[in-house]
Amino acid sequence: MWNYNKTLQYPIKIKCANPRLAKFIISQYGGPDGELGASLRYLSQRFAMPDEKAKAILNDIGTEELGHLEMVGALVHRLTDGVCPEELAKAGLGAYYTDHGVDVYPQSAAGMPFDANCLACKGDPVANLQEDLAAEQKARATYEKLIDLCKDDPDVVDVLRFLREREVVHFQRFGEALRGVQDKLARKNFYMNECKMEMPNFECTNAFNSVNNYSPCDSLCNCNNNTKCCR
Amino acid sequence: MLEDMNENRNCGCTCVCPCEQEPECECKEAIRRDMMMQLRAYYFSINDLALYLDTHPDDEKALCLHREYAKKARELSDKYQKLYGPLTISYPCRKWRWLEEPWPWERGSF
Repeated sequence: MWNYNKTLQYPIKIKCANPRLAKFIISQYGGPDGELGASLRYLSQRFAMPDEKAKAILNDIGTEELGHLEMVGALVHRLTDGVCPEELAKAGLGAYYTDHGVDVYPQSAAGMPFDANCLACKGDPVANLQEDLAAEQKARATYEKLIDLCKDDPDVVDVLRFLREREVVHFQRFGEALRGVQDKLARKNFYMNECKMEMPNFECTNAFNSVNNYSPCDSLCNCNNNTKCCR
Repeated sequence: MLEDMNENRNCGCTCVCPCEQEPECECKEAIRRDMMMQLRAYYFSINDLALYLDTHPDDEKALCLHREYAKKARELSDKYQKLYGPLTISYPCRKWRWLEEPWPWERGSF
């Protein structure tokens, strides 16, 4: 379960509202490379992740992304707080105000509502972690574009720089987790099975093998009972 | 003051409220802000070290730092919550101070 901590991961100090910037920044709330998508992607992938380090990193980065979701939401809220509808419309948020008022709604900068299509949970540890690495890079690139657009407001840039930096750290950690998973998968496995080959009169209890009269290990078997025995 | 509060309650229990009165001075907001800033720095360090330790669980130096910051964060968060109210809903308090504003996303938050 999660516990709420009544504080932001990094403080947000906004001196004046600026709805024009809020319209761009909301993309990191519910856009295709936003924090909502990131947290849900990692937290959904962790259930079937077979590697213990990768499992932990998905859980913990997914949790931190929830904190970032709150930060981006707070940023959007503070940039639009107390702004009259006319000013919102002038900043290009007229359509947004019509549907959502002054709530923070998960959507992209272009107005597309949040779509779980951006999550990508493939049921394959390597594919998933590669997806996560790409997601962190896309989020970093988005923050850089936002920093370009918000240059005139140093308070906003300060928060965006912090969030961008965290994406770089997450990329590093996912890279280490992927390396661990790949090393594990590349290992040559050596199995020691209980040997029943020499047992006299051993009858196969495997329904599939006896019914189909098929033995996948015929070549290994030297008990001279090929029709019934499978090992 | 604390004793008054304990005497006036009507729940009949004998638990002691850990809350203290806020320091009455002009700079109390600055003190709170500084404490919160320090606490956030500890939380950040703990989180960043935790991510690092997830992929480097045998790094003794990181583990040692994590222990140090976890201890400092616990001490400071106890002190902060006694003065300014709970940071999590599991902090015990006789008066339900969880409702106190500002929330982290609001103007004037610490």
